[in-house]
Amino acid sequence: MAQPAVNTRVNNGVNVQALLDAREALKDAPAAAEFTWRATCKWQKGTHARSTVRGFHGLGAEQSHKTEFSFETDHPEVFASEDLGATPVELVLVGLASCLTAGVAAVAQNRGIQLRSVEAKLEGRMNIFGILGIDSDVRNGYDNIKVTFHIDADASKKEIEALVAQSQKRSAVYDIITNPTNVTVEVV
Amino acid sequence: MSRALTDRAIEHVVLERGEVANSWRRERWDSLRLLTPNWQSRLPGYPYKGADPDGFMTMPEVVAHIAGFAAASAAPVRTHTPVASVQRIDGGYRVATEGGAIRCRSVVLASGAANVPHVPQLSQAVPGRIECVTPFDYGNPQRLPPGGVLVVGASATGVQLAEEIRRSGRPVTLSVGEHVRLPRNYRGRDVLWWMEASGVWSQRYDEIDDIERARRLPSPQLVGTPAHATLDLNVLQAAGVELVGRLSAIRDGRALFSGGLANQFALADLKMERLLETFDAWERDRAPGSALAAPERFEPSRAPAAPRLSLDLRSGEIGSIVWATGFRPEYHWLELPVFDRRGGLRHEGGAVVGAPGLYAIGLPLLRRRKSTFILGAEDDARDIVEDLAGYLGGRAAS
Repeated sequence: MAQPAVNTRVNNGVNVQALLDAREALKDAPAAAEFTWRATCKWQKGTHARSTVRGFHGLGAEQSHKTEFSFETDHPEVFASEDLGATPVELVLVGLASCLTAGVAAVAQNRGIQLRSVEAKLEGRMNIFGILGIDSDVRNGYDNIKVTFHIDADASKKEIEALVAQSQKRSAVYDIITNPTNVTVEVV
Repeated sequence: MSRALTDRAIEHVVLERGEVANSWRRERWDSLRLLTPNWQSRLPGYPYKGADPDGFMTMPEVVAHIAGFAAASAAPVRTHTPVASVQRIDGGYRVATEGGAIRCRSVVLASGAANVPHVPQLSQAVPGRIECVTPFDYGNPQRLPPGGVLVVGASATGVQLAEEIRRSGRPVTLSVGEHVRLPRNYRGRDVLWWMEASGVWSQRYDEIDDIERARRLPSPQLVGTPAHATLDLNVLQAAGVELVGRLSAIRDGRALFSGGLANQFALADLKMERLLETFDAWERDRAPGSALAAPERFEPSRAPAAPRLSLDLRSGEIGSIVWATGFRPEYHWLELPVFDRRGGLRHEGGAVVGAPGLYAIGLPLLRRRKSTFILGAEDDARDIVEDLAGYLGGRAAS
């Protein structure tokens, strides 16, 4: 029943062998598995802010992206803002969508499934009575997030459903959104 | 194990901390029955001979069955002999007991996988007025304090206790993480008949992709009842049990549950269907035009529309929490460097790594998927004795 470590008949552009090798190597070096991800954010004007990511820590050393990535956030005009970027809550959807999609590709590669197209549509439902302080029983955040995948691949519907289920199971952002996380905010 | 050693004429003693079948006598709740049918409770040369081969043994029946086997095979059992320590000495091991020490060349750990209930760290944040109960403390619903009951964990233990407590009239909330769904019957046969007959249960530890994960799988959602009823999450919901996601934290007196319940359902349903497809394929190959009932597919697990994400443990709604969060072996007496960083015994198919002559039996997927079932002991014991005999022989020659 054992499957080959990596299926080379299909190519989704994911180096699964490297991931599997890393998994094996890290088992004996648990300290290297401790990662710290970082972002910085600078207020621009009004609700407009610019966030950047570049460095992170992992594998026992400082690491860096090849270039700095930057993200504009703002609120739309219906909130009387200038709409110079996505709203932060939309970026949360972007994070979830991209994490699940990358997961689908990696799991598909590992299972020998050739992908042709993967498209996810996300909808997060939110009652803004919460953020506006109108009703304290309404939470600030999303009360429901719906992800709809359209996947074209050399696989049965069941196999595709299993890909998507496994991708959720291994997704960091899915875990961050579905489970509570301790957050500390300090002023220095 | 003793029987397999006797068959190879290897001199041995069996140390039992209490009486034969001690944990079956003392560490099980009142209503518990085996989840394997009686005909599967066979031991080497000792089949079930009762009147109800398809029934499920109560605990007194299990005790009688095991004690009967011990007597029939004249196992050299020393009862009321708890082991205080096992240490490495030159040429073997020193096993200390109250009745004195035993020096031996080989030791087999047959103390099982379920010595202590595992309760997660986060339980320490449970408000003091709530009574915490493990499956070892739980006897029956009447012994729980008044009020609603939060059952944490949806393995066989969790679903059985949730069902029984709900049936007693209590409000029950069941926190569901990763779980294994199985129907009691499939195509007119007990699902465990399929597990055995199709060879799934004989699948070996070295044929499995991710053995560490497979060894940590929760027990399947099964119950042994005279009615042969299925006990899945749809049944529990129909009975009025409220399902919530995995308990992920207790903060400020509130239990917080994962919002990922729907995916836990999807994973378990998909996994069950793959297993049923395996059964169908096996049956097609074995008996084209099978006399068995046609393949069945079961209703997907019905995800509650909006499962609660938090529960106020100070409101009085919940009076007790039942931690059905698994069991662990207990090896404080094993004074040897044979554990991994999670405290698990490091072994290769039952041969403990770094301790020649030390073996384990009866742990999850020790050598086969059936390793923790009564009928699984025979093949594992034979393999381990084979290895053990080689060890003894090799040492004798050197």
